[in-house]
Amino acid sequence: MGEPPHRIELPDIPEAVAAPKSARSIQLVWLIPLTAVLIGGWIAVKTILERGPTITISFKTGEGLEAGKTKIKYKDIEIGLINSVALAPDRNRVVATAQLEKDAETFLVEDTRFWAVRPQVTASGVSGLSTLLSGPFIAVDPGKSTQKRREFVALDVPPIVTREEPGRAFVLRAADLGSHDVGVPVFFRRLPVGEVVERELDKDGKGVSIKVFVRAPYDQYVTTNTRFWSASGIDVSLEATGIQVQTESLVSILIGGIAFQTRPDAEVGPAADANHVFQLFRTRAEAMRRPDLDVVHLVFVFKESVRGLAVGAPVEFRGVNVGEVIRIGVELDPLTFTMTQPVEAYFYPGRMRVQARDPAKLPPLPKTQAEWEKRAQVFVEKGMRGQLRTGSLVTGQKYVALDIFPDAPKVKLGSSKTPIEIPTMPGGFEEMEAAVASILKKLDKVQYEQIGADVRKAMATLDEVLKSADRLVQRLDAELVGETRSTLQAARAAIERAERSMLAADAPLQQDARDALRELSRAAEALRALADYLERHPESLIRGKQEQP
Amino acid sequence: MSRAPATAASMGLVVCHACGLLSRTGPHAHDACCPRCGARVHRRKPDSVSRTWALLIAAMVLYIPANVLPMMYTGSLFGTQSDTIMSGVIYFWTSGSWYLALIIFFASIMVPMLKMIALVLLLVTVQRRLRWQPVQRTRLYRLVEVVGRWSMLDIFVVAIIVALVQLQALATILPGPGAIAFGGVVVLTMFSAMSFDPRLIWDPMSEEHGRAPA
Repeated sequence: MGEPPHRIELPDIPEAVAAPKSARSIQLVWLIPLTAVLIGGWIAVKTILERGPTITISFKTGEGLEAGKTKIKYKDIEIGLINSVALAPDRNRVVATAQLEKDAETFLVEDTRFWAVRPQVTASGVSGLSTLLSGPFIAVDPGKSTQKRREFVALDVPPIVTREEPGRAFVLRAADLGSHDVGVPVFFRRLPVGEVVERELDKDGKGVSIKVFVRAPYDQYVTTNTRFWSASGIDVSLEATGIQVQTESLVSILIGGIAFQTRPDAEVGPAADANHVFQLFRTRAEAMRRPDLDVVHLVFVFKESVRGLAVGAPVEFRGVNVGEVIRIGVELDPLTFTMTQPVEAYFYPGRMRVQARDPAKLPPLPKTQAEWEKRAQVFVEKGMRGQLRTGSLVTGQKYVALDIFPDAPKVKLGSSKTPIEIPTMPGGFEEMEAAVASILKKLDKVQYEQIGADVRKAMATLDEVLKSADRLVQRLDAELVGETRSTLQAARAAIERAERSMLAADAPLQQDARDALRELSRAAEALRALADYLERHPESLIRGKQEQP
Repeated sequence: MSRAPATAASMGLVVCHACGLLSRTGPHAHDACCPRCGARVHRRKPDSVSRTWALLIAAMVLYIPANVLPMMYTGSLFGTQSDTIMSGVIYFWTSGSWYLALIIFFASIMVPMLKMIALVLLLVTVQRRLRWQPVQRTRLYRLVEVVGRWSMLDIFVVAIIVALVQLQALATILPGPGAIAFGGVVVLTMFSAMSFDPRLIWDPMSEEHGRAPA
């Protein structure tokens, strides 16, 4: 192998055949990188073009938020992804940076709301169960503003109602929140039609504003005349009329609720605007009550105990509720040192507006305090008095009865006082109590021992009398038998004689007797007719017999 | 100095790749055909360097989407998730399966990248006709050829999982665009390595040796 190989002669190696020269000057292989560049470039351009806006959302807590995992969803469609989660510089909040899709640009306005959806268990239901395993996602409620915005503050609690839900929100004003927390249902004729979406203490701390959302189409039933009332739980009230139990539904028993309805006797009125302010009544009865436009402040000064009378107790005029007790107190007269119980009450004259045959002749309602006083004076002179009465013997609840006592002792009203004083009468029960007491007192005075001695004496006397009577009877027995026999014989003879003269059919006595009987029966008939007439027309006793029409 | 060993090229000889017949070529070696079977014969692979470059550049371009775009979409009851190669590696690493993470990292990220770097190195040295470490470079080339197919591991895993996990609503796995790009990278680098003619590494050596005595 020492010979260099290039010297080897290989004579039988054939010559390669010349091939036709290729006309292609560009090598096709370069199409491959070109295609790759085109595809890569297209993907890159597409990604850049599809790249949506980047926003920051600040959360109260970063619970469950994961960079690259937590999605932003709208109607369960993914519109973005959390890129990073970091603490805010002041360490108060967690700031998440999110990359949104291109077409999510329209979401980013001033009033758009973001919140984290986590599993939630409340009295009214369970929500967000799917996030138990997949982790929370961020939900969006797109705003309507046109002001653009890139930095958002997430809601701490998910909103009950999102903006795109049709319906209207209304504001209810109440003295306290009661059990109307966010999420509490709103009922209309026992149908759940909405929820409490917000509650907020007034700036001055004197009341609470409750925002309720009523879903369409039920919101059309909320008119300016609609009354809202609290349907919280079971409403048990102990009143003079007995025990009242009111409830809306089982749910409302558990978590409370608000109901609304338009007063049946009121006109329907125009539909209320969104955010119209209503008063929240405590009970349905209160809400349905006719609004009392005129209020007269009265005071009843009672001398007896007012136990059983409560603030809110009714003032009734012959059984018609015309007012309510607002204050009960004790007053000391410094001159005479007598104590009285003034009971102040509101009297609603509107409830007493009677149907007059001729409304034109009805005197107009007084306008001023002085006029009201004058009007009260008229009634007091007619005998109007206040009286404390027991409404229910079971509960012992009392009410103030207004009534006219024509024979009430005349009372002179004190000059111009506010409130107007209405004199009082001892109540029915009190009168009875007093009578029973006086009877008992009299009974107490009876000398039972003396009576007993007298009775015994009388018994002894009676015994003696009976004994002498016995003796008398014995003597009569002995002496009278003979005498009686002869008398009987004489009597029989007399009867036989009389029989012969009187009982014969043609005896004159018989005839007379028959006539007399006939006369008597006629008289009886006339008497019956008179009695009949009198029964039908008792007034004829006084006015005499009327001519028949 | 010993003379450079004789090569078929230096003696104007070519062998047909199709039938194995040795034939002599004239000065226009690129336009020759085998006298027996008619297949094209050439001393060196025609346009080897430029073809290799073209395929390599295409592979490099596709390498970017292969790593950026999601490889796999995993849909389950609790939402859809898309994973790129790197996110899978990070997932395995953080969840404790670091050996799995390393396998995926080497097979799917390092190997294609190193392969491309190696091919660039070979091409540059060949074009510059450097005589630097020809034995090592040839060894590197052989390694590139052998190791290239293992990068397809990822694609196979995705293909098998996609076929297996189709439980409709419960769990669904779909291949992502990244898988296609990645497959493209692997295939293109393999073609690129194939189109490279390792004899070119040695050509400068014989030239040098042949020229020196002249």
